[in-house]
Parts: sequence; structure tokens; C-alpha cells
Amino acid sequence: MGRRVVITGIGVLAPGGIGTKNFWSLLSEGRTATRGITFFDPSPFRSKVAAEADFDPELYGLSPQEIRRMDRAAQFGVVTAREALADSGLDLAGLDPYRTGVTIGSAVGATTGLDNEYRVVSDGGRLDLVDHRYTPQHLYNHFVPSSFAAEVAWATGAEGPATVVSTGCTSGIDSVGHAVELIREGTADVMITGATDAPISPITMACFDAIKATTPRNDDPEHASRPFDGTRNGFVLGEGSACFVLEELESARKRGARIYAEIAGYASRCNAFHMTGLRPDGREMAEAIKVALDEARMNPEGIDYINAHGSGTKQNDRHETAAFKLSLGDHAYRTPVSSIKSMVGHSLGAIGSIEIAASVLAMENNVVPPTANLHTPDPECDLDYVPLTAREHTTDAVLTVGSGFGGFQSAMVLARPERSLA
Amino acid sequence: MTAKVVITGIGVATPNGLGVDDYWAATRVGKNAIGPVTRFDAEQYPSKLAGEIHDFTAEDHLPSRLIPQTDRMTRLALVAADCAFEDAGVKPGDIPEFDMGVVTASASGGFEFGQNELKKLWGQGSQYVSAYQSFAWFYAVNSGQISIRNGMRGPSGVVVSDQAGGLDAIAQARRQIRKGSKLIFSGGFDASICPWGWVAQLAGGLMSTDENPERAYLPFDTDANGYVPGEGGALLILEDAEAARGRGATNIYGEIAGYGATFDPKPGSGREPGLRRAIEAALADAGLEPGDIDVVFADAAGTPELDRIEADAISAVFGAGRVPVTAPKTMTGRLYSGAAPVDVVAAVLAMREGLIPPTTNVTLSPEYDIDLVTGSARPAPVRAALVLARGYGGFNSAVVVRAAD
Repeated sequence: MGRRVVITGIGVLAPGGIGTKNFWSLLSEGRTATRGITFFDPSPFRSKVAAEADFDPELYGLSPQEIRRMDRAAQFGVVTAREALADSGLDLAGLDPYRTGVTIGSAVGATTGLDNEYRVVSDGGRLDLVDHRYTPQHLYNHFVPSSFAAEVAWATGAEGPATVVSTGCTSGIDSVGHAVELIREGTADVMITGATDAPISPITMACFDAIKATTPRNDDPEHASRPFDGTRNGFVLGEGSACFVLEELESARKRGARIYAEIAGYASRCNAFHMTGLRPDGREMAEAIKVALDEARMNPEGIDYINAHGSGTKQNDRHETAAFKLSLGDHAYRTPVSSIKSMVGHSLGAIGSIEIAASVLAMENNVVPPTANLHTPDPECDLDYVPLTAREHTTDAVLTVGSGFGGFQSAMVLARPERSLA
Repeated sequence: MTAKVVITGIGVATPNGLGVDDYWAATRVGKNAIGPVTRFDAEQYPSKLAGEIHDFTAEDHLPSRLIPQTDRMTRLALVAADCAFEDAGVKPGDIPEFDMGVVTASASGGFEFGQNELKKLWGQGSQYVSAYQSFAWFYAVNSGQISIRNGMRGPSGVVVSDQAGGLDAIAQARRQIRKGSKLIFSGGFDASICPWGWVAQLAGGLMSTDENPERAYLPFDTDANGYVPGEGGALLILEDAEAARGRGATNIYGEIAGYGATFDPKPGSGREPGLRRAIEAALADAGLEPGDIDVVFADAAGTPELDRIEADAISAVFGAGRVPVTAPKTMTGRLYSGAAPVDVVAAVLAMREGLIPPTTNVTLSPEYDIDLVTGSARPAPVRAALVLARGYGGFNSAVVVRAAD
């Protein structure tokens, strides 16, 4: 086996839980952070609920100029990257900038910033020929969301390879998977990686309304995100970020780093079927899971917990349930499966990284977070979805998956590096 | 792990040519395609020139159901993908579906599509926003649409690193082939010549305001005054060299032999910019010495500060004036994520003909000690080429393309 890659630092910013500790409290207590939208007047929209983060950038160390030039998603990414770096205990001065890289996932980039600025330069949608005299210079940074990776590189001193990975709702897994490959192949020794999205804006609500992807359960926002529940009727949009410090295993051991988990396997496949639809057989996600397990040199029986995509749409829940059975066989029935989107909503490109953080924390605590709001089982979803309350459960290895628009299906296996290899 | 990865098919669409033959016929003779913006009335804006593709009608090539759900950059990419398959002599069904993938770059996504829906949202009301807004503008759309149209279910991806992304995508595609995929599409397309895209690009502060199409984009010239944006890009089919020969591939254009990427230090740090290191990493990855490189396709930012950094990096690695340098993108404008894949196409076509295409309109400033190929094309044997690309904020990427034996 070549170079192995481990997580040595975590930073999380999620609705209801800024910082890793608060995030884990929310999950382990099974509380939800979904609510009626407060960022703008939601009355024109079919879905009026979201999982909003109460985030004051100044409290998290961003300067006035940083706040002005960065989209909210970029701000999230810088805050969680800094938290991850501090958590890793890596000495910035001792870090080789040339051997340190950045990959940041984001599905929709600076969509909130673009929405706000368009409204101004078009004077409320009146001008076709929008007025350049009202653009701020940072509009270019919104135009190309690669600015997110630039901001994180500046914040952490990285001068190795840097990029944004944008594969829709699997971005948060694929970004970390990309970073793993850069360390394995020897291009980098340390990667600052993760994902961020802040999509709660009128344009996002409008487009998901148009395809009825988001829930209209507006009278009960705290219980609106209901993955695997028979009464679910769409996802709840969220926002947030998680970032990690990844290192090569031996060098992390040598410096005495706290090692959270090894990223043992990763794969991504496409459904080549539909931009928003899923084939019910789950075959391409199953294929990604199998390849990730092979890469981890692990049998299905090695998986102790599945962190599901669990977006809370009927087609997703059935698709991935089929994928788990196809890839893990009978072991799928014996493995707890849960969706933290029931608590923190679906933050598009960010959620994959937030779910990696949840998976690692499940390993840290040997506690599996629950699927909140799951009261009425869907007979077609017949696995153990850990309803309502967290469960103590020995968790040495986790499978986390994502599924998104464009047909992308990704799977990642997290495990303890000291495990014996199959 | 270090299998050779070769280019076996090309689809290209640029302001000066659609398809490999047209593009090269125009590029080898230095045909300029920068002109006044026609897509909208640019009179009120400080910059009025662009590299537009004029003779592309998506409806001639794509099923009608795809038209309302696609931005212009996606239509260009889908047609380029069709052309690349044809060029490679492969049909989508020839290769198992999980062995084929798509890795593209995007800089700004389907910005014109987004503009039109934002206009409806704020001008008419949220209920007028298209259902396709949920994916047509986002950065992943080209990889998704190409995979769907061609039944490609293997490893895929999307990178965003402004103009450097086109090379980052090619490098990621090469990784996937080395991990066992048989065929990966790679490259990038951008097409944000619309009022909303225009003001966003103007905000960056680096666009030329000159109104003379032959004087507006002059990299490495004393009169360099910014860049002209363009639209288009290229898609390449990459395959494992042995597998390509095994299936009897007829066009083996060249090998993606090396890659390196860096990020610049934070502005004001006083540290050296990262481009030199990216070049050195790409050469080392290819196992080549600077003297093995026959031509450098420059990023050619067109602003004095950035041109200076690039000229210094090239001279530091190769020695002053020791390698021919060219920037055919002076004919098309800067194509964002599409620019570097198009330069890779130019590089392999330069190898095929033994001809380095010119940097048009430019008179080299005595400030720079590089051997810039200006005026007309220069006949020269080309066995290995270096392609450079940079992105706003500090992204540097370099790819070495080598002739296939």
C-alpha cells in the first residue's frame, strides 16, 4: 500500500452548530436547525423553510475588508479552514507552503452574492443592459468561485495546487477525494480541503420551487426535513461548511498528531441518466461504494455505520436504499444508516464535507447520529435508519455517500488507520 | 500508475474556427477573430470588444429538447463532444459505460442562463423562474450533460480554477486513466458574453478598453493594456496509450506527459509568484529537461504586471530567449476555462505540421527577454510543448504535451 491519508484537523460551521463541539451536540441530541426563512421575505415561495446558520463573520475573526469582498460561502470556508488548521496543531510557520494544497467544494459558488448584486445592477430586474457603474470589484470573485480556494489558500498560507471542485451535491465528498489523491500521488504532503455553500437566496428557492424539490411543509419548519419518513415531500435547503486538514499517515504519526480517521477509500460514478432524476436501481451508487470499499481493502462487513445522503425526497431515499443493498448485501440490513440532513438540512455542495465531519465524530464518540423526524416508515425503505435518537454503537469504519444533480454519485470510506487490512 | 495517456480525439470551438480543421487553418495563418460585441449593445460599457463565435447554431446539432435546458457554453460543449467522439473513431457504446468518464473545467458556469432567470426573478416574480435553473447554470452541468448524452458512467469531475482550470481538468482526467478508466473526456468551455457576464468581467479591472480589434489584446507588447474576453473551448478524448493502439485508434495526437500546479503567495508577501514552480513541476513530471521543450504556449495575460511575471518565469527556467514562446489566443481573446485546452489542441497540431502558430498583433516589448513568435507562423520541429494557464487570484498550471511515438 502506498501513501495513506488521514484527517488530523476538523472545522465545521453548520446550522445550529458553529464549531465542531456545537455541531456534535446538535447531532447527538437529535435537535433540528430547520426553521422558517428569516434571510428574506419567503412569502412568494412555495417552500418557506430552510436551515439557516446564525453567523456573525466578525465574531469568527474576519476583517471588514474580508467580509466585504467575500461571498457568505467564502466566509464560511475561511472560518472552517482556520478552525481545522488550529485543530490539527500544525505549526503554520513550520508548514512547507509548496507542499500544502487546497481543494474546496462548492455546488453553486457565490450564488447569494450574485443574486444580491444582480438585483442592484439590473435595478430590480428593470435593466437588460445591467449597469456596470454599480458593480463592486469583488463581483469578479463571485463570477469565478475559484476565489473560494484562493481565499482559503491566503488564509492558510498554502502555495501548492489549489482548486474548487464543483460536482453539484457531491462536491463535498469529491473535493476531499481529490485532495486525498494529491497526497497519495506525492504532489502534496498536507491538504486543506472541504466544502462550502451558502445558497439560501431567492434565486435558489425559486428554482427548487419550480421542480418541487424542496418541501412545502411550511407549518412545521422544525420537523420539515424528513428523510426516509413515509410523509416526506422534499428537502430543506441548508448552508454551511466543513474543512479538514489531511496529512500523509506516517508524517502525521511522526509529529504526534491526533489522527481522527483514515480516508481509506473513495470513488465517484455517474448515472448518465438524467440531470435531476435517478434510476431506482441504485446501480451507479452501488458501483461507487464497491470501488471505495476495494480501495479501502475492506469487506462490506467492515462498515459499522452508513452516513446516508438522505435528502428527504422519495426518489433519493429509495435509490440509495437500493444502492446499499446492492453493494453491501445482507450487511446493509445489519448496519445503522442515518441522515443528518434531517437536522441541518441540505447545504448542496457543502453537505458532503459536513457529513464527513459527522462520520468522523461518530467514530470519535462511538455514537451514531439519528435520523430526526422519522416517525412513519416508508415500506420501500426497510433498513435501520436510527430514528429520532442517537445510538451508542462501536464505530470503527463509516461509509458516507452523496448523490446529486448531473447524476454524480460518490462514496467514501473512513476507517481507523490501525485496522488490519483485508 | 505511470501509464502513458494520449489524446485521441478533439472537439474544438473557438471564435476563429469550429472543428479541428477550421481552427488550425485559421490559427496557422494568424486569423483574428476579435471584433465588436454583437451579442448585446455594448456601447455603454468601457470595453466593447470580444472574441465571439458567430457561425454556431445549436439547433443544427442538438435535439430540440436540449435547447431550453442549456446555456450556450453547454451547447458548444455537447457539440464538441460529438465531434471528439467522431474524430477518435469511437462510438459511446464501444467501451463499457463505467470505464468512460468526463472531467471538465468551468470558470463561470452558464452565466447567461443565470442572467435570464435572475431577470425573470426580479423583473417578473419567482414563479417565472425556469425549472432548468436548478442545474443549467451550475459549474457541473457540462460534465453531467456530456455523460448523459453519451452514456458515460465512470469517474467524472469538475474543477473551477478560473483560466487555469482547463489544465487542472486534463490532469485529473489523466489520473483517472492511470487508475484504470479507459476513456475520459476532458477540457473546458465558457461563454459569458452577455450583459451580466460583461459587468462581472469588467469588475475584475483587467479588461482592455481599446476599441481597435488589433490593438486591444497585446500581451508582452509595450502597449499591453488588458485582455479581451472570448467564448469557446475544447474537449479532448484521453485514453491509455496501449489501449488506444489496441483498439486501432487512428489519431494519436500527442501525450499528456507532465503537469504541475501551484498557487501564488498572498499579495504583499514579497515571495516569488508560483508560476516558475508550476513549470518545473510539469517538466519533472514529464521527465524532461528545459532544453527538450520546443515551444511554450503562454498564458499571455495582457497586463504589464502579469506579463512580466510570466516572462520572468519562462526565462528563469529556460534561459533568456532560449525557447520559442507563442500566444495564439491573441486571435480569439481569453476563453477562460476553454483557453488552455485550446492551447493544448494548438500544441498537438503544431507538432503535426511542424509549425508554431503566431502571436498576432504584438510587437515584443524590449522589456522581455523571451523569443516570442510574432508576425507569422514559424516552421520548426515540435516534439514537446509546454502550455501555461493562470487564474485570477493566483492559480498557476502547466502541462507538457509530447509527441506520441
